[in-house]
Amino acid sequence: MTKTLMYGNTAIGEAAIRAGCQCYFGYPITPQNELTEYMATHLSRRKGCAFVQAESEIAAINMVYGASLAGVRVMTSSSSPGISLKQEGISYLAACELPAVIVNMSRGGPGLGSISAAQSDYFQSTRGGGHGDYRTIVLAPSSVQELADLTHRAFDLADKYMIPVILLGDGMLGQMMEPIEFKHEAPRKLPIRERAVRGAKGRPSRIIKTFTSKPTEMEEINWSLFRRYQLIKKNETTFETYMVEDAELIIVAFGASARIAKGAIRNARAEGLKVGMLMPVTLWPFPYEKIKELGRDTKQFLVFEMNMGQMLEDVQLALEGKREISFYGRPGGVIPTPSEVLRVISRLYHQKGLKKAK
Amino acid sequence: MKKVYSRPKSLKKATFHYCPGCGHSIVHRLLCEVFDELKIQDRVIGIPPPGCSVFAYNYLDVDMAESAHGRGAAVATGIKRACPEALPFTYQGDGDIAAIGTAETIHAANRGEKITSIFINNAVYGMTGGQMAPTTLLEQTTTTSPYGRDAALEGYPIKLSEMLALVKGAAYIERVAVNSPANIKKAKKAIKKAFQTQIDDLGYSLVEILSPCPTNWKMSPIESWKWVDEVMSKEYPLGVIKDITGEKDAD
Ligand SMILES: Cc1ncc(C[n+]2csc(CCOP(=O)(O)OP(=O)(O)O)c2C)c(N)n1
Ligand code: SF4
Repeated sequence: MTKTLMYGNTAIGEAAIRAGCQCYFGYPITPQNELTEYMATHLSRRKGCAFVQAESEIAAINMVYGASLAGVRVMTSSSSPGISLKQEGISYLAACELPAVIVNMSRGGPGLGSISAAQSDYFQSTRGGGHGDYRTIVLAPSSVQELADLTHRAFDLADKYMIPVILLGDGMLGQMMEPIEFKHEAPRKLPIRERAVRGAKGRPSRIIKTFTSKPTEMEEINWSLFRRYQLIKKNETTFETYMVEDAELIIVAFGASARIAKGAIRNARAEGLKVGMLMPVTLWPFPYEKIKELGRDTKQFLVFEMNMGQMLEDVQLALEGKREISFYGRPGGVIPTPSEVLRVISRLYHQKGLKKAK
Repeated sequence: MKKVYSRPKSLKKATFHYCPGCGHSIVHRLLCEVFDELKIQDRVIGIPPPGCSVFAYNYLDVDMAESAHGRGAAVATGIKRACPEALPFTYQGDGDIAAIGTAETIHAANRGEKITSIFINNAVYGMTGGQMAPTTLLEQTTTTSPYGRDAALEGYPIKLSEMLALVKGAAYIERVAVNSPANIKKAKKAIKKAFQTQIDDLGYSLVEILSPCPTNWKMSPIESWKWVDEVMSKEYPLGVIKDITGEKDAD
């Protein structure tokens, strides 16, 4: 397969179309506009497909809900403030067991914040975000290739588990250009999903809803969702490790920070510092077990995020207070450099008296 | 013996949970009669709102899916764009369509979405216990306008249908009432025409229905029918508000 040079944002769009995405609904917001524009160009006139620039993110996510009801692959994208508005709809998608892909090219917050890349939506993404007892799968790409691959995986997971899936990127990944390959040569043609709502032709009419006047009925829905979530945790927890085998210090980082950390680790290794990394690919489900396992051999951990310490809490949960965890974070849309992270690594390494490679 | 009245095929055999004299029950039946007459039961998709009619899916025997409060027009847009052969319609209270869902409604109409909205105007928030709605009349008392709606503090009754008539993508908008046999007949005709507008791909269609809520109006069903005539329809005049379908009534 040939490699194509693409921006992160447009790579998501192309990957989505090749994954069989038929509908896209969005609302402009930086730093993800190239994706909305890509879908306007490439999806809006394609046969059997639809693109709508909605009047708000609330409307966009409810259009997603409608298209998902109708049984087709559907996507929306936005950035942090817009994702806040989509939470109502995400909760309804989760409740009604409807698949959808929601892209968040996140930026600095809270409030209107900055338009530069940040990872401050970790809590919002991994804890549900909207009201009610639900989860969404959260995928965290760290390169343009991964943006494309995980877009594809997001659609597959959404359909497999009938669940909304969040692709959590950031402005840096979205606006980066890299040569990439796509999993499919051409857009996939998928059958209409079962249990779709398209008019009761040749079958009894169908109701998609959660509302009930009986709490025990709602409890049953919660249990059924929970069982699915357990299955997802078991089957889909994904992570990557980098040079952890002999590591005295393990960095835990996701997405863009993982990419920055990787550069820092390469240089640290050149100086004889035995540093490795664990990068969660699924932020939910989170690789607690793997981190716990790494904690058997490695005593010192460093969590590095472009926020004030959100994933940090999950790493703390994984290590159960048995290992020392340091944190380095730059919030607000400031993108740290690999040499900055290297300085943090070196300082920590020497403060803790960790062993250097011979 | 000649059969003059029977249950529409599209109406499920279930007892309505609505209060005695409530307009929702009448409108449900009218919808089902229209589905049968237009033979569209297998193409219709209903989007009921949070509101007294949240359980509409227990009665209408068509595909139905719950919507978030006010978002019906966006949900119907998503369905229609993904499945153009379907006939999605939203069923919305006045709070749902004219307060929280105003933006979704106006923009769906402006895009000329081929969807239909049934707008139940009962001048109150019924389900939540009779609070003030955007359509509540001046001086009308509700639980949140206990001294009577005062324009200086609570604004004016909103005329969503007239507002929508200004929107280019709206093809057919009519206001009707279900407070007398004659009006009920007209309401049915309007509902039928609204669906026909959608079937013919002509644009957005909406029927506003002045609908009695005897419970929250604290009236008997008979009094509430009278109130629609004597008070409500003075503020909200009945009739066609916009019609660019250029066609004869769907009869
Ligand atoms: C986001 C949100 N806000 C508030 C509510 C509570 N709520 C349920 S129905 C309703 C309004 C009902 O009034 P209306 O739309 O006029 O319909 P009716 O019950 O009178 O038929 C409200 C405010 C809700 N379900 N969701
Ligand atoms: S409260 Fe009003 S609108 Fe609701 S069911 Fe009773 S009469 Fe009908």
